[in-house]
Amino acid sequence: MVKKNYIRPLDLNNGRVDMNHGAGGRASKQLIDEIFAKAFDNEYLRQGDDGARLPALPAGSEWVMSTDGHVVQPLFFPGSDIGKLAVHGTINDVAMMGATPLYLTCSFIIEEGLALSTLKTIVESMGQAARDAGVSIVSGDTKVVEQGKGDGVFISTTGVGIASTKHTISGTNARIGDVVLLSGSIADHGVAVLAQRESLQFDSQIESDSAALHTLTAALLDALPAGTLKTLRDPTRGGLATTLNEIAVQSQVGIELMESSIPLKPQTEAACELLGLDPLYIANEGKLIAIVSPEYAQTALSTLRAHPLGEMASIIGTVVADEHCFVQMQTRLGGRRVVDWLTGEPLPRIC
Amino acid sequence: MCLALPAKIVAIHSPTQATIDLGGIKKDISIELVPDVKLNDYVVVHVGYAIGLIEPEEAERTLQLFGELGQIEGAQT
Amino acid sequence: MKYIDEYRDPAAAKAISARIHAEVDPAREYKLMEFCGGHTHAIARYGVTELLPPNVKMIHGPGCPVCVLPIGRIDQAIELALKHNVILCTYGDTMRVPASDGLSLIKAKARGADVRMVYSASDALQLARDNPEREVVFFAIGFETTTPPTAMVAQAALREGISNFSILCCHVLTPPAIAYILDSAPKGEAVTLEGFVGPAHVSIIIGSDAYAPFAKNYQKPVVIAGFEPLDVLQAILMLVRQVNEGRHEVENEFIRAVNPTGNAAAIDAMADVFELRETFEWRGLGEMPKSALRLNKKYRALDAELKFSPNYQSVPDHKQCECAAILRGVKTPIDCKLFGNVCTPESPTGACMVSSEGACAAHYSYGRFRDIAIAKG
Repeated sequence: MVKKNYIRPLDLNNGRVDMNHGAGGRASKQLIDEIFAKAFDNEYLRQGDDGARLPALPAGSEWVMSTDGHVVQPLFFPGSDIGKLAVHGTINDVAMMGATPLYLTCSFIIEEGLALSTLKTIVESMGQAARDAGVSIVSGDTKVVEQGKGDGVFISTTGVGIASTKHTISGTNARIGDVVLLSGSIADHGVAVLAQRESLQFDSQIESDSAALHTLTAALLDALPAGTLKTLRDPTRGGLATTLNEIAVQSQVGIELMESSIPLKPQTEAACELLGLDPLYIANEGKLIAIVSPEYAQTALSTLRAHPLGEMASIIGTVVADEHCFVQMQTRLGGRRVVDWLTGEPLPRIC
Repeated sequence: MCLALPAKIVAIHSPTQATIDLGGIKKDISIELVPDVKLNDYVVVHVGYAIGLIEPEEAERTLQLFGELGQIEGAQT
Repeated sequence: MKYIDEYRDPAAAKAISARIHAEVDPAREYKLMEFCGGHTHAIARYGVTELLPPNVKMIHGPGCPVCVLPIGRIDQAIELALKHNVILCTYGDTMRVPASDGLSLIKAKARGADVRMVYSASDALQLARDNPEREVVFFAIGFETTTPPTAMVAQAALREGISNFSILCCHVLTPPAIAYILDSAPKGEAVTLEGFVGPAHVSIIIGSDAYAPFAKNYQKPVVIAGFEPLDVLQAILMLVRQVNEGRHEVENEFIRAVNPTGNAAAIDAMADVFELRETFEWRGLGEMPKSALRLNKKYRALDAELKFSPNYQSVPDHKQCECAAILRGVKTPIDCKLFGNVCTPESPTGACMVSSEGACAAHYSYGRFRDIAIAKG
């Protein structure tokens, strides 16, 4: 008797992604059904269409959309993995616009030879991260490239969310006198990733801080009156220094920081010392900067600290007048230095 | 080219290899250049090698020196 | 972190700073050179300059091995990687330095060269063990702090009979460079200094006695300083005192790690493996006699220059680059026409900008807020 629609299931334990999986035929569909659709499952994906029809915008709100690419190596590191990172990253980009993230799409470019078990772990991690954040992955795409052309897997995610018009959050809104807050310790993510990389081995208990920040931003949006929450941004690639320089230039202001107020975990600090890295330039994946009117600085601080992701929140500086748009810092020692843009990639120093 | 850090020897595996602890981070390094090193000594580590020992009494004396209030001359060689 | 945090204490910094202010003679200028690039970086990063009186001027010395590494040497490393298909191992600091033909090690990597960043020389040797069918070359740069690890690795390679490993040796020496600066001063080619802040970690290896000739023959005080900002401040205080009292001695602030004779095991290893080159080109300073090392006869099988004969050509710096003058303390970064426009850390033109320890890079990255005040007058 002929079995109806029989197809041999993917060998998830020993199988590898091959060019067939990217050809668009039965093998592709199988990959999507058995790994992606299963992990992401929601009403949109169940339709099986190429796109998702989304509901209408509620009155008095606006769409926010953002996109992100993820090429992290290694794919797994303490506290997170490329999949979780991708979901959190895009959720956070949308959240930093003052919006509630709702829908994600993802595009996978997979290198021929990637173990199916690896892919499954990454995809399941993404699914879980999305579910935990209350976000649906509604559409996606997979392609396969020849071995040697891919570094395992590259993931792009695009996110869409809804912003109320109560607040206008932008990097152009920082004004002289505004206060700069940071939600927690810096450099944990970058160090966790570097610790895993081959040429720099050390046992450490540093975990990536990868987290979805939209409930933290929602708390701020709620607690602060319109016009008092000026800027939100997550200091990812390039670290705190780069993000603050970007904002300074966008708003055409200067920023003054106090080194002693910037939270830094002792082990992260030790790892940066060992590697000759400046923590100000190291990526964070679960932290945010908020720039607020001075009268509401304390409200913002207590709102952050009341949230599990903001327990170590701190006021780290103020916005000042500066035609050169420098970010300057009073050092722990009582001296002064510029916190410049990142030059190139932060390669560990020996000197 | 001088980035070197003081770290504690927390395990000695052989005459050439040891594990150091710096602020909770552990790393394996070579101790070939400090043959007299003992467990719990502090060493100065540079590019994966211990290049010298930290003398605890001298370290303490240096801190006292910072705290001195004036007339005494600096440490002489 | 023990032996680190205590030496960064802000209250003690304030106290030492107050002492320096109290003890300087307002009528004189104290030009002090911190030789070591690591000290230059520490001064910049912690903002030590703010804690010094205006008549104490820190002149940044040439103790930055990446800064003084000639472009021609990086070209050699790139040639080995691109033409000879070796696994070229290098410390992170050299990866970005622009070399000839618009290349750098990192750009050569993008073109397919197998360039690998290593944290330690022993990583490079391990790569040779793990890849017996490939040639592995270790690009060895650095002063006396970094040279002993290279020596250890050479000894291990010889002992184990590892034939696919070699070293491109560009190690340089500190005392000859200090002598060079001091010799150039009377000719007007270098700034006249009142004293030196001696390098921290080089001194662990060579010992404080190595600086005695400078105190004796050139009558200049030398104070060896530890690596942390309090160490540097204390050493500056000790130098100010020597200058005021007309003394020129070698003093050791870094007593917790430096002794008079240095690290015997390290010195022995270096003597076993290396010999002095008759002359060596230093970027910005030109040819300097007896100032650099190469592998000696016993280790010649490990010498990458003998094995592969990579071409060495001296590459001149930009005509308007003032690094030569800056490295000798005669000029400052803002005296250079290229500083901050053509020459920036992103696109370094000369020696002083290529490494974060170079005078120009340190000033640009950490200190250029001071230029505004000067410009405003």
